[in-house]
Amino acid sequence: MNLTLKIWRQVDAKDKGKMVDYKVTEISESMSFLEMMDVLNEQLVNAGEQPVAFDHDCREGICGMCSMYINGEAHGPDRGVTTCQLHMRMFKDGDTITIEPWRAGAFPVIKDLVVDRSAFDRIQHAGGYISVNTSGNTQDANAIPISKQAADTAMDAATCIGCGACVATCKNSSAMLFVGAKVSQYALLPQGQVEAADRVRNMVAQMDLEGFGNCTNTGACEVECPKGISLDTIARMNRELMKASI
Amino acid sequence: MSGFFKSSIGRKVAMALSAFFLMFFLLQHLSINILSVLSPDTFNEVSHFMGTNPLVQFALQPVLIFAVVFHFVMGFVLELRNSKARKVSYAKNNGAANSSWMSRNMIWSGITILAFIGLHFVDFWFPEINTKFIQGDWSGTMEGVEGFRYHEELVHKFANPIRVAAYVFCFVLLGLHLAHGFTSAFQSMGGTAGRKKTLQNIGKAYAIIIPAGFIFIAIYHHLNH
Repeated sequence: MNLTLKIWRQVDAKDKGKMVDYKVTEISESMSFLEMMDVLNEQLVNAGEQPVAFDHDCREGICGMCSMYINGEAHGPDRGVTTCQLHMRMFKDGDTITIEPWRAGAFPVIKDLVVDRSAFDRIQHAGGYISVNTSGNTQDANAIPISKQAADTAMDAATCIGCGACVATCKNSSAMLFVGAKVSQYALLPQGQVEAADRVRNMVAQMDLEGFGNCTNTGACEVECPKGISLDTIARMNRELMKASI
Repeated sequence: MSGFFKSSIGRKVAMALSAFFLMFFLLQHLSINILSVLSPDTFNEVSHFMGTNPLVQFALQPVLIFAVVFHFVMGFVLELRNSKARKVSYAKNNGAANSSWMSRNMIWSGITILAFIGLHFVDFWFPEINTKFIQGDWSGTMEGVEGFRYHEELVHKFANPIRVAAYVFCFVLLGLHLAHGFTSAFQSMGGTAGRKKTLQNIGKAYAIIIPAGFIFIAIYHHLNH
């Protein structure tokens, strides 16, 4: 298929940036979106132009790096996928595809489609962990009884890959689905109880400090999340913070 | 606890708490107003009680005014802060693909409701305050009207088709605001998944029944004045 691409080009963080049109031809519908981007970049390099910078790593939906806002949706029009899992069969020959970086004040653009998501790292550092002694005498995890339901729900929350699609798609650039997932994954397990109050207080405080917007429960994040993280995690975080504040 | 209400989640909870109060008020308001259709005499009696009871006038009314002002001010503050969280907008954004129109436009339905409250105050609240607190007339009566004046005043207001049309339009927007706001308030308070479906159904019913009730009353009195 032949496509027209409208891509955000920005030399560096200080550059104003602009949308630039490109044509790509003979794109297979079996290609992933990133492979299509590779074709474009080969074309640009052969023409002596700067390739489009975009984040990618595992290319199998695990690392959460491939952040692209495609035709007005985080990770494009498919559901439950990252950009690397998005196939070109989702588009039609002759389509014009708009590709932009995640837009959020807390995710500044570094170059083209690459944004700085270290705000998520700082939120994790604020409390997204449990303090355990790992000096050789670690207790067998199976020695601690955990209900199947709690283990499954904690695991569902733990599947968050921190891609930032929730922030990108939220009309308020809110990070509450990400923080809710991180809080939930520990709140549901016995190991997370000891630091539960400090965790939620510190992570929410850091989230606010980073300049993310406030959640208004539109539910867009849940729909666009490639891992299907539920809004229930936000509700759980709200409960955890209320509990920690009383 | 004061630190809690300074956090983003605390502000959500504060919005939800004021929303709960306002939603309860709407239910109470509709329950009384529907009496104007079912039994004008009972409507007059209840209106007089609400209009002259010291607890309602000097305790509940100030709380209501505070809740209304708080909900709007906080709504605008949050909207402003949220818009600042994204300095550069998307060239193409397909919000309809993942969220409802109501959830994305709470500020616009809210502004319409605010405009409606202005109109409603001019129509009913300010004249009521003038009669009772400036003229000092707490009798609930007026010349040329047998018994209490409340039903007569209500019917008279809805004689104007432009006013009825404005009320109907605003009530539709109120319904859209409630369609998202009802469940959103519970979600902000940490509403759990187990009750979600039931809450959504109650929310839908509430968002239809409340505005539909007010619309019915306005049209009924317009047609029967």
